Amino acid sequence: MENAKPTLAVFKFASCDGCQLSLLDCEDELLAVAGAVSIDNFLEASRAVGKGPWDLVLVEGSITTPHDAERIHKIRRQAKFLVTIGACATAGGIQALRNFTDVADYAKAVYASPQFLEVLGKSTPIRDHVFVDFELRGCPISKVQLLEVVSAYLAGRKPVTPASSVCLECKRRGTPCVMVASGTPCLGPVTQAGCDALCPSYHRGCFACFGPMESPNTASLAALWGELGVPPPALVRAFRSFNASAEAFRKESELHE
Amino acid sequence: MSKVRTITVNALARVEGEGGLKVRVRAGKVQEVRLDIYEPPRFFEAFLKGRALGEAPDLTARICGICPVAYQMSSVHAMEAACGADPGPRVRALRRLLYCGEWIESHVLHAAMLHAPDFLGYESALHMAKDHPEAVTLSLRLKKAGNEIVTAVGGREIHPVNVRVGGFWRAPSAAELAPLVPKLETARGEAVALLKWASGFTFPDLDLHHELVSLRHSSEYPLNEGRIVSSEGLDIAASEWEQHFEEEHVQRSNALHARRKGGGIIQTGPLARYTLNFDRLPAAIQAAAQEAGLGRECRNPFKSILVRCVETLWAIDEALAILRTYEPPGPSFVEVVPREAVGAAATEAPRGLLFHRYRIGGDGLIKEARIVPPTAQNLRAMEADLRGFVQNHLDLAEDRLTLLCEQVVRNHDPCISCATHFLKLKIDRD
Repeated sequence: MENAKPTLAVFKFASCDGCQLSLLDCEDELLAVAGAVSIDNFLEASRAVGKGPWDLVLVEGSITTPHDAERIHKIRRQAKFLVTIGACATAGGIQALRNFTDVADYAKAVYASPQFLEVLGKSTPIRDHVFVDFELRGCPISKVQLLEVVSAYLAGRKPVTPASSVCLECKRRGTPCVMVASGTPCLGPVTQAGCDALCPSYHRGCFACFGPMESPNTASLAALWGELGVPPPALVRAFRSFNASAEAFRKESELHE
Repeated sequence: MSKVRTITVNALARVEGEGGLKVRVRAGKVQEVRLDIYEPPRFFEAFLKGRALGEAPDLTARICGICPVAYQMSSVHAMEAACGADPGPRVRALRRLLYCGEWIESHVLHAAMLHAPDFLGYESALHMAKDHPEAVTLSLRLKKAGNEIVTAVGGREIHPVNVRVGGFWRAPSAAELAPLVPKLETARGEAVALLKWASGFTFPDLDLHHELVSLRHSSEYPLNEGRIVSSEGLDIAASEWEQHFEEEHVQRSNALHARRKGGGIIQTGPLARYTLNFDRLPAAIQAAAQEAGLGRECRNPFKSILVRCVETLWAIDEALAILRTYEPPGPSFVEVVPREAVGAAATEAPRGLLFHRYRIGGDGLIKEARIVPPTAQNLRAMEADLRGFVQNHLDLAEDRLTLLCEQVVRNHDPCISCATHFLKLKIDRD
């Protein structure tokens, strides 16, 4: 029965579009997903625009304008189950770097013609504005985890995603620890798993796309980075990237400023 | 006829990022054309200041989820230009391979999934799949082949992790890349089929004469390097971009518009590349283009879908050529020693010329960044296309004209997220 299909909507706030693109990048599964749900609003892919209510809503991007701060409430009212996808939606994203400065500092840089524009001083995650049923981490998210969220929703169960650190994934892959073996600074010990420990397999340290793991010991890691010869400004920059505004990373970065 | 007609599209679909469209017609004359960009700015150029030069490829990738490799390529080339580093021919070949993957993935996404539904009257590729299952599944497989190259070389398809200033963090072994060859051989047939399928569409008339701008290489179809040339005879080094082009802050838009200094509307992207570099395409690709009904020049933006299919085919052949002679660069990168300098570079993103310029300090930190994405360069062309198209098609019914206006914008595959990332703002605070 066509009408019995759950409805899916995708919305975007300040972001690069990469996380919703992950859905279109599920080349092998896309038509199956499109067959299992009724895609009712997904502007990146379709002109068809629905008004809701929707059963499953995926939200990408962070809140950075007064207009968007209102828009997310309207979406929430129409959403039965709201999932945030990606570092922007769950931690404010790379654009949350403005949170560490006065946005007026940015305005001091050269701009073409002075004008007033409605932009908030901070970039905040969706959860700061409305209730979020589930958060999917990553910059970008993992396709596998996205499909897990959609299938779990369809099956009426809780999605299974790890809360452990990237280190466990490294061990599982059999990748030698880049920090122990070659003294490469790595954020893996404090970063949530989900990428399958990608960076160490390319001989580089993790740079924390997935944000802080559950109860990360950032102080211990910062001390170890110090022993490896990483100067404080570089440590601050490391904690301030795609998940700069996630509490654990923000706090640790502020300690070394 | 003195009535006022207004075409409004509150939210453009099947483009990247958020924008709207408004055309006002009064007494049979197009009075106003507005491409409203309300995607919020993300201040990349502001926060790049103070970051280490080596962080540029990971940070600028986040400007765009569809073409992160383009941002990585323009940024590493600019940094290497600043520091006088040359990673050598093997790194160059691997970078071209990676970029080919992105061209395939991005072009197929746009041509088959975002643009084709316009020609066939569907709301999306997913709606189209019921009646055109073969074309849709073939496109998904083809797009996947592009993504597989990006994953094999870069680690993952969106925001690859393997690109670094000076080269790659780790060079994939020949054995790791070998499985791509049979996949691309299959993909080649699919790309030919996709081109043939698209060549059967009906293309509305629209012939434009904006100044076309693209890179031009001494012997290759342009991708990672070359001089910047135009249909008006411009021929400059990439580092001279700012002497010849400027950006204008348009009141209503969160994105800047670029133009030729003292000149008119410019257009970058597939039509510009193809028209200015047809002679750089191998004979087999030229023949495929001509078989699909393209001439050696293409100035009808609706036919950009055909050019994207031709470039997909080219990128597959280029990737195959690189793979068949691939030898891993060893070491996978050269050490880049920071120095106080300015470095600029332009590469060809799928949507067109992407210019980066950085001023860096002796401490290796970025002092100033300037990034001009293709969409910012094409915004005026999009508005001009709309103006011309609506003026010539006023007899069409409202629904049809609205749909075609959206298509006129989608012809350019605008990436609004890219176009808006960098705006410098003045904020009024209490």
